[in-house]
Amino acid sequence: MSDTFVVANKKFKSRLIVGTGKYKNMKECAKSVKLSGADIVTVAVRRVNIVDKKKPLLMDYIDPKKITYLPNTAGCFNSKEALRTLRLAREIGGWKLVKLEVLGDKQNLFPEMIETLDSTEILAKEGFKVMVYCNDDPLMAKRLENSGASAIMPLAAPIGSGLGILNTINIKIIRAQTKLPLIIDAGLGQASDATIAMELGCDGVLVNTAIARAKKPFDMALAFKNAVVAGRQSYLSGRIKKNFLGDPSSPTKGII
Amino acid sequence: MKKIKKIKINLNGKTKSINENLRIQTLITDLKIPLKKVAIELNQEILDKKKLNKVKLKNNDKIEIVHFIGGG
Repeated sequence: MSDTFVVANKKFKSRLIVGTGKYKNMKECAKSVKLSGADIVTVAVRRVNIVDKKKPLLMDYIDPKKITYLPNTAGCFNSKEALRTLRLAREIGGWKLVKLEVLGDKQNLFPEMIETLDSTEILAKEGFKVMVYCNDDPLMAKRLENSGASAIMPLAAPIGSGLGILNTINIKIIRAQTKLPLIIDAGLGQASDATIAMELGCDGVLVNTAIARAKKPFDMALAFKNAVVAGRQSYLSGRIKKNFLGDPSSPTKGII
Repeated sequence: MKKIKKIKINLNGKTKSINENLRIQTLITDLKIPLKKVAIELNQEILDKKKLNKVKLKNNDKIEIVHFIGGG
């Protein structure tokens, strides 16, 4: 049975999306991405270094023809900045599949949902396919869906916190109400967090810090790859019901 | 001989002195910037990369040249 991951009518093999920030260098980043098996990587839009031209370029290490670049709006704190950033991203090379992330607080990095909602609507009208970083509020997720989002990406916990999924119930509610791709974005700390996300019925996970800042990023990239596959298989297999009492695994008949 | 007038522009947040009426295409070429990997904004308006030769720079113009870097 084929189980493809589809976002904005595009098929992807891997359900793991990885970020390309926080690595020691480009080489480490590129190798981690390769080991993770991800087909999509998030990238940021920043000023070209006019002075130091020898600085390595991301595109020299990760080929955008082989891996889908997902430009983000990291560092944007209002709709105006986010729209400007994504319009520039589209201009670089025709990118329409984008990650919208409008932050509201510099400490907890929670998304500013009013600005996010407004931006989603405008971008969708401009033909962008918007994957939206959001809080884990089912009502807001519904509004984003109605505004033309291409994917709902609720946080597990604050960006870079490594706390894992804090509100599994909300994620389950969002899963039940939407047919859009549901991707857990931000806050994962270890591979098992990705498995839990997939077992909750999410279509994918987006991870950056947990891999980039692990003691062994290459091994962690591989661990996340396997964790996502395991979680998806587990979800599709249909878990047993929870029991408050024991139920022996070996037959009780014929005990000597 | 007519002396070429110098103007000041703001390029990626830094002041730069250039010849008046310099075309953006020339500026990009001089800076050895790979055009395929960037987007260019002039005074907060995105420029069509195919028409850079038509745009002449004026005093106090603000230019932003951006590309993709690692991010989460």
